Amino acid sequence: MKFWRQPGFWLPLALVFLWGGIVLVLKQDTIRETTFTVMMFMALASSLNILLGYTGYVSFGHIVFFGLGGYTGFFLISEMGWPLYPAALAGGALSGVIALLVGLAVLRLRGAYFALATIGINEAARAFVSNFGPFGGATGLFVNFSAYEKYGGAGQALWTTFTFLWITTLVVLLVSYLVKHSRFGLGLQAIREDEDAAMVMGVQAPRAKTITYVISAFFPGIIGTLYFFKNGNVEPGDAFQLHMSIEMLVMVMLGGMGTVLGPMVGATAYQGLRGYLLTSPIFKDLHLAVAGLILLLIILFVPAGAVGWVRGRLPALRRVLE
Amino acid sequence: MMILQVQDVTKRFGGLQALTDVTFDLPAGQILGLIGPNGAGKTTLFNVINGVYAPNKGQIIFRGDDITGMPSYEVARRGMARAHQVVRPLHDLTVRENVMVGACFGREGHSLASAVQKADAALAQVGLSGRADQPSGLLNVAQKKRLELARALAARPYLLLLDEVLAGLNPTEITEMVDTILKIRDEGITILMIEHVMQAVMSISDRIIVLDYGQLIATGKPEEVAANPQVIEAYLGDPEMTARLMAE
Repeated sequence: MKFWRQPGFWLPLALVFLWGGIVLVLKQDTIRETTFTVMMFMALASSLNILLGYTGYVSFGHIVFFGLGGYTGFFLISEMGWPLYPAALAGGALSGVIALLVGLAVLRLRGAYFALATIGINEAARAFVSNFGPFGGATGLFVNFSAYEKYGGAGQALWTTFTFLWITTLVVLLVSYLVKHSRFGLGLQAIREDEDAAMVMGVQAPRAKTITYVISAFFPGIIGTLYFFKNGNVEPGDAFQLHMSIEMLVMVMLGGMGTVLGPMVGATAYQGLRGYLLTSPIFKDLHLAVAGLILLLIILFVPAGAVGWVRGRLPALRRVLE
Repeated sequence: MMILQVQDVTKRFGGLQALTDVTFDLPAGQILGLIGPNGAGKTTLFNVINGVYAPNKGQIIFRGDDITGMPSYEVARRGMARAHQVVRPLHDLTVRENVMVGACFGREGHSLASAVQKADAALAQVGLSGRADQPSGLLNVAQKKRLELARALAARPYLLLLDEVLAGLNPTEITEMVDTILKIRDEGITILMIEHVMQAVMSISDRIIVLDYGQLIATGKPEEVAANPQVIEAYLGDPEMTARLMAE
């Protein structure tokens, strides 16, 4: 059972590798922008899935790690003059540390209580940052244009950011697969099915959940830095949007929670649909309502999501569709 | 050698006195039956022994170490495994993967690769080898009970807590399960079992303890316990009435 001999290991990585590679070869700005958004949500949804899919803990406010990490990374770039790569990693690290501290408190809660607590954390973070002087308070921060000079001008910096996001997405998918197919991941799945029974079998649930929460918070911190660096500014209203948290959940559920491929499929499908709805004259203000409706229908009729549904129907494909 | 010593254990839930000063010893290599009417506190006693609840008072000594108040995963790692009354398979995983959880996180803490072998051995021991690759949700009740037992065995425990593993089985299945339990005992694993199927528990236990309203009311060999008036009263009410009924 060597994982690199499994088709299910290579499929998600190969898809993202090819997609990003083609975009880099084509060198068209519009394609890059579209792909950036889709890949960003792929990576965000996959990070959330490491917690949600493998341990069953629903984090409703997961976007807080995107916001806090993004703010930190952006602050280091614009105010401290750090290069992009270390700043993004520092953003991820800060999100991880916050997740560790928060996790020690809220991971004692289960089910709906945990979900509610995570919403509270997001709102608390937004309120804090809005009043935090070094982060620019309610107006946020802007990047000095000269920061882009290091990367060969603003145009080239966008390509550098895209490449970094592409690699981050590949790493998230790799980590997601490795967690799922490790001894650690087996313990997480035992927690998901029945936490008390898992502990009786020797699974150190508090520690395992905290580690998982930290992993699933680390990547959104990196992605936040990349996103705000690309935009050139960051403000509280953009960094802590609760509806993005809910969209992440919809993507995971749509594709199939607890699978590696599911969040990828869900993010791509949802972004495609969202693009259509935003440009359609009838639905343009209703895309969140449609997202809510999709979530409701999935939970009622296809709780396993698209990938889970196919896996259930066609057991022969289980080794391919992980 | 005493593998388990329970000393003056008391457990309260709010105003409910679930266990009162329960004290008993379990020598290594024996089967100890724990019986008592519904609501007597048997499952609560299991929960206190393996760390799901901390007792309000008293001590649990396992293999010479005080494990009182330790979390259940720590107790599991020290070599105590448990099969639950309400079977709890991990539905999305195969039968083999379910058992691997026991092997990976139990006393020996195996890697995934070696856990596969331990899981297959445990499945063979309980007679589920043919089902290893099936999703565990597809098993029937008797098979799920065996799966629960296999998961506990894969942890390679010193002490096995069995919570009503015979409940819900038909007579043939009970006979098979009793054979399996005796074989486990013969391999040197000590067993503490809660059971309502009287004939079975009387025939396989070396000793029996009886709980009633959270108190230990009798302890001894199966035939002694069965003849104890307090035990009969606990199960059937008034002993004189019972004696009259039996005479009729």
